[in-house]
Amino acid sequence: MDAKKHIKTVTGRILKETAEKGGCGGCRASCQSACKTSCTVANQSCEKQQNS
Amino acid sequence: MKNSKIHKFAKDGGYFIIDPPSGSAHISDKLAFDMLGELEPPLPENTPERVYGIFGGFSVSEIDECYGELYGLYKGGALFSGDGDCRRYAEAVSAAPLKALCLHVSHDCNLRCGYCFAGTGGYGGERTLMSPETAAESIDFLVRNSGERTLLEADFFGGEPLMAWETVTAAVDYARSREEEWGKRFKFTITTNGLLLDDEKIDYINREMCNCVLSLDGREETNDRIRKTLSGGGSYGAVTPKFQKLVKNRNKPGFTDYYVRGTFTAYNLDFSEDATEMARLGFRNISIEPVTAPDDRPYAIKREHIPRVFEEYDRLYSIIKNGERDINFFHFNVDLKGGPCVIRRLRGCGCGGEYAAVTPEGELYPCHRFIGAKEWRSGNVSRNGLSREKRDYFAKTHIYSKTGCADCWARFYCSGGCNALSYERYGDARATDGESVECRLMKKRLECAIALNAV
Ligand code: SF4
Ligand code: SF4
Ligand code: SF4
Repeated sequence: MDAKKHIKTVTGRILKETAEKGGCGGCRASCQSACKTSCTVANQSCEKQQNS
Repeated sequence: MKNSKIHKFAKDGGYFIIDPPSGSAHISDKLAFDMLGELEPPLPENTPERVYGIFGGFSVSEIDECYGELYGLYKGGALFSGDGDCRRYAEAVSAAPLKALCLHVSHDCNLRCGYCFAGTGGYGGERTLMSPETAAESIDFLVRNSGERTLLEADFFGGEPLMAWETVTAAVDYARSREEEWGKRFKFTITTNGLLLDDEKIDYINREMCNCVLSLDGREETNDRIRKTLSGGGSYGAVTPKFQKLVKNRNKPGFTDYYVRGTFTAYNLDFSEDATEMARLGFRNISIEPVTAPDDRPYAIKREHIPRVFEEYDRLYSIIKNGERDINFFHFNVDLKGGPCVIRRLRGCGCGGEYAAVTPEGELYPCHRFIGAKEWRSGNVSRNGLSREKRDYFAKTHIYSKTGCADCWARFYCSGGCNALSYERYGDARATDGESVECRLMKKRLECAIALNAV
C-alpha cells in the first residue's frame, strides 16, 4: 500500500481504463433478482481479462 | 460535476470510502473520514480556511497533511471523479446478440412452497413440460441469434427442471453434439429443489453443469414451514442428503461451482442461523435471499423489518470475518480489484437482449421473471426472435435511465437492480427507488462485502 498516513487506497481507479477496452459482452450473464440467485454485478469476472 | 458524490461508511472500527465511478476504494482514519464529509468538489489545492475551524482539535500541520492526501487522490481521479463519459457510453450501447437463454423446461413443480413467485410452478398458467424438440429448437435459436459470440449459456429452470429430465439431457446432448460444428461452447446451469435427484442425475449434473443452484432454506424448521411437499409435509429430510451427496461428488475441474440457495422471510429474520446450519451440513457456498413478495403476505419483508435484517447481515459478517464458520456467502463477494468493465456495469442482467427466457411452449420473454405477463411476450423460438422494439428498450435501460439509480452510490456495483421487479412494483421497468426494501438491503450487503474484501 501507499505511504499515506490518513487514507490508504485499497483499489485505485480500476474502472476508468476499462471503458475503452470493455464492452465485449464475453462475461457471464447475471441476474439481480432474488427469485434466481441474485448476483452483484461487481462480483462477476471479466472473461476478456481472464483470457488475455 | 454531476454524480461526483462519494460514499463513506464506518463499520467494525474501520472507515471506508468509495468513489463509485472510478471504482476506487479507500480505508481512512477518522480525521480523513470526517474531513471528506465537509468537502465538495472542485477542491482547491490548499486546505480551505473553514476546515481548520471545524477540526480545531488537530494541529495545522496534521490538518494540512490530511487534506494534502485527500487532494492528491482527488487530482489522481480516485475521489469525486464524476461519471464523465459513462453517460455517453450508456446512450451509445445498442442491443447485443443473445448469449444466455433460460429454458423453462418445466412449468410444474413437485413442491408447494408458500412463497413461490412462479405460482408453484405454473406461472399463473397451465402446468406443462417442455418437449425435447422445443428444447433443441431453443438451442438452435440461441445459436442463431448469438452472432460472433463463442461462449453461450443455457440455464435449466422452472418450476422444477428435474421433472423434465429427459428434456434437460436432450438439450445438453444435442448442444454438445454440435458444439464443434457451430464453433460454440456451452455452459449449462440448473436450479433444483432436489426432490428427484438420484445417483444418475447427480453424476450427470456434476459432469455437464458448470454451476448448480440447490434450493434449501437452512434449518429444518425454517425450511419445512414454507417448502412443503404436495401432501403438506416438510421437504428438508428428503432433499438434504441428496444435496450433500451432490456437493461431495462435485469435483470435476471447471464444474465445481454450486450454491445452496435459501430464502429468508419475516418468519426467519434470524437467518444467520440458517447460514450456520447450511455450513454445518457441509455446504460452503451459500446464498440466502430476501423473499420477494407483496407487502400483504404474512411472510413479506417489509420496511419495518429493515433494522432487524441489517443486524442479521452484520451478524453474518462477523461470523465470516472472525472465521467462526467457513462460509462463502454469495452476497458478500465483491471483486474490488477487478470485476467487470464499466460498460458491463451500466446494465445488470442484459434481460431482453443478451439474456432471454423461453417457456415450455417455446414462447420468448425478456427473462424468466417476465413470464406470465403476456404484454412482454416477444416471439417464439421456432418462428421469430425477440422483438426489435423490446431489445432496443432493454438496451437503453441502464443506470442512467432507471429513475433512482443515477445518484445512487451503489450504481456501479448493483447496476440498476431487477427490471422485472420494477415492472411488477411500479408498472415501469425503469422505475427504481433507492429507499425501497430491496435497494436498502442491496446497499447494506455491499457495505458488508466491501468491508470484508477491503482488508
Ligand atoms: S468480458 Fe470483460 S470486457 Fe467484456 S463486457 Fe465483460 S467485463 Fe467487459
Ligand atoms: S441499489 Fe437501487 S437505486 Fe441503487 S443502483 Fe441498485 S437498483 Fe438502483
Ligand atoms: S429483469 Fe430481474 S429477474 Fe429478469 S434477468 Fe434481470 S435481474 Fe433477473
